[in-house]
Amino acid sequence: MFFRTWILGIKSLLLHPMRSALTVLGIMIGVFSVIALLAIGEGVSIKAQQDIEALGAENIIVRSIEPPNDSIEFSFSAREFGISRAEMEQIRVIPTIAQVIPVRELRLQFQYTGNALAEPRLGRLVGCTPEYQGINRLEVDRGHFLTHPEKQATVCVISAELAKYFFPYEDPLGKEIFVPAKKNRFSIVGVLKEKTATGAVGGSFSGQDFANDVYIPIETMRRLMGDLEEKRSAGSFERKKFELSQVTCKVKDVKDVPKTAKIIESTLRRMSPDREDYGIIVPFELLEQARSTRIMIQLIFGLVAAVSLVVGGIGIMNIMLATVTERTREIGVRRALGACRRDITRQFLIETIVLSVVGGCIGMALGVAFPVSAEGSKVLADWLAPEYYERIPTYFREVVPVLVPWSFPLAFGISVVVGVIFGLYPAMRAAQMDPIEALRHE
Amino acid sequence: MGKAVEIRDLTKHYVLKSETVKALRGVSFDVPQGDYVAIMGPSGSGKSTLLNLLGCLDRPTSGSYMLGDENVAQMTDDDLSAVRASRIGFVFQSYNLIPQLTVVENIEVPLYYMGKLDSRAKERCCMLASMVGLGDRLDHRPTQLSGGQQQRVAIARSIVNDPEFILADEATGNLDSVTTEEILQLFERLNGEGRTIIMVTHEDEVAEHAKRVIRLRDGHIVSDERNTDRVIAKSSAENVATEDVESAVERSESPATN
Ligand SMILES: Nc1ncnc2c1ncn2[C@@H]1O[C@H](COP(=O)(O)OP(=O)(O)OP(=O)(O)O)[C@@H](O)[C@H]1O
Ligand SMILES: [Mg+2]
Repeated sequence: MFFRTWILGIKSLLLHPMRSALTVLGIMIGVFSVIALLAIGEGVSIKAQQDIEALGAENIIVRSIEPPNDSIEFSFSAREFGISRAEMEQIRVIPTIAQVIPVRELRLQFQYTGNALAEPRLGRLVGCTPEYQGINRLEVDRGHFLTHPEKQATVCVISAELAKYFFPYEDPLGKEIFVPAKKNRFSIVGVLKEKTATGAVGGSFSGQDFANDVYIPIETMRRLMGDLEEKRSAGSFERKKFELSQVTCKVKDVKDVPKTAKIIESTLRRMSPDREDYGIIVPFELLEQARSTRIMIQLIFGLVAAVSLVVGGIGIMNIMLATVTERTREIGVRRALGACRRDITRQFLIETIVLSVVGGCIGMALGVAFPVSAEGSKVLADWLAPEYYERIPTYFREVVPVLVPWSFPLAFGISVVVGVIFGLYPAMRAAQMDPIEALRHE
Repeated sequence: MGKAVEIRDLTKHYVLKSETVKALRGVSFDVPQGDYVAIMGPSGSGKSTLLNLLGCLDRPTSGSYMLGDENVAQMTDDDLSAVRASRIGFVFQSYNLIPQLTVVENIEVPLYYMGKLDSRAKERCCMLASMVGLGDRLDHRPTQLSGGQQQRVAIARSIVNDPEFILADEATGNLDSVTTEEILQLFERLNGEGRTIIMVTHEDEVAEHAKRVIRLRDGHIVSDERNTDRVIAKSSAENVATEDVESAVERSESPATN
């Protein structure tokens, strides 16, 4: 009996297959977009969380920020900025801090004189301590990372990409990397494994690309290169002076991170107020923020997608109103043969539910396939138009949609609710018809 | 014999914006069980209005309408639906089959609303289809049938719920004379089996087949007479009713009715 009512609904819908299919399409797109948008949102926030976690929840990062060079005047005096070694020493004495790890970075050309074919390559020369490896989760492929006994030595560790570039057929260990700008040579003691770039975190901290890195002991860097940088390029001459690019502070207990961050901030402010040439990044707090951002992303994406479901629902209502008018006589006949108002309402409601459930199911099936097809389309884009694909920021290329399990019942539930809500009015209109009038209808 | 229908002083007024149309102005008559009544009268005399009231599709403005021993004149909409489902069979001028359903499924519809759609229902519907001569068309759609065939399906549908009476409004109005004859034969057979039939017609040739003729004019009964020289429909060459089918229907009837 129950079963028959549904069969009847399906039969009536099949009377106009095209019309029914288009209505289903509306709901299908709605359900799919709920699932897909939530999956993208989830992928973005998972990536953000991973990036933050990569910084270490127990760390506080103080980073020098180069002020914008807005003086048009020609100046011989060097611009000084950033966190200094003296300031680092002040931070080091804060009791909740276990370790401070200084880093100084320069952008330079690297060269390998043994390989005439390889052009010099621009990369990052990173002066650091052995602890740098742990904080940034760098993995060694061959040789070893910088060690404490080597802190004054002219040795370096290079990234996998540079190793591949300069030494396609040779063993890099023992060879020398040449820095033309400083006229220094560093002998290679270790090669790292590949590491993907991290995204920008918290707005003040741009993403890090480890692809073209050369790591040397920070003390060696200071001894050989000092704190002053001079850059000459077509018509301009620039001098800048900074001691450290970044100080990573490892806090003993994660619980103390927010408190310690405040102490660091006030320490730095006390030493020199009104400065804007450094930023403090607290991954622990960013992580908390990222969690609430995730809810925001889901809410916004969910709402956007829900709008398309509502549009699908309006489609259903439109079709059902047409159907009811078209089948006025059938309604009259059914009423004459004993159908009460409720029977008529149920009949039309079932038809809308069939439409929305079918749309919902197809939408869910497409949703399940979404992460795979998204990856597929990336591969396809890379293959068809690599030059355009390359221009998409790495960060977006690396976002992988992650299906949110609850988005399925949610999307399906909404689609059924939408079907019922938008189907109810046409169905009630059908039921309210006067049987005699309906029978007379042509 | 008991009374199938008893109406007293039935009136029906349609209240329009400017005026009130008095479609029925006090109509009284009884219909005993097994009667075969033709309602006649000029256009606008209130025939359809009366039939709609008898069919519980509408409520009278005043008067009483006893169906068996129940007054259905002031029942609620849902109760009237239940009465239509179980006690009244309808045959319409324009057949009114449901286009998306097959012959058998169309015959089943009243059982569905009666809540009696059990495993035996389908069997019974097939029997009724063969009784009206469409045993080989069970899975056809209404659009695949001729007008006369559609009307026969409608007649099968009207008796599937074993109603107390059958109401037919101009049931032969759309049919040619040969087909009309066939349909009237079917009515006669049903009446012969003891079913009460009330039909509206404006054709004398059709009314001649009834046992009784009620004439209306301006909402009043002007005459109500027994048909003395009643015509019995002749069997035509392609007569559909055979002895075999008839006995088959009787066999199927007995389990379904108890
Ligand atoms: N819904 C309605 N609203 C207003 N007036 C109506 C309505 N239905 C019928 N009438 C009026 O009631 C009167 C009787 O109509 P009815 O349909 O019963 O006539 P009839 O005898 O069936 O005519 P016909 O032979 O043409 O079918 C007519 O004057 C008609 O205009
Ligand atoms: Mg009429």
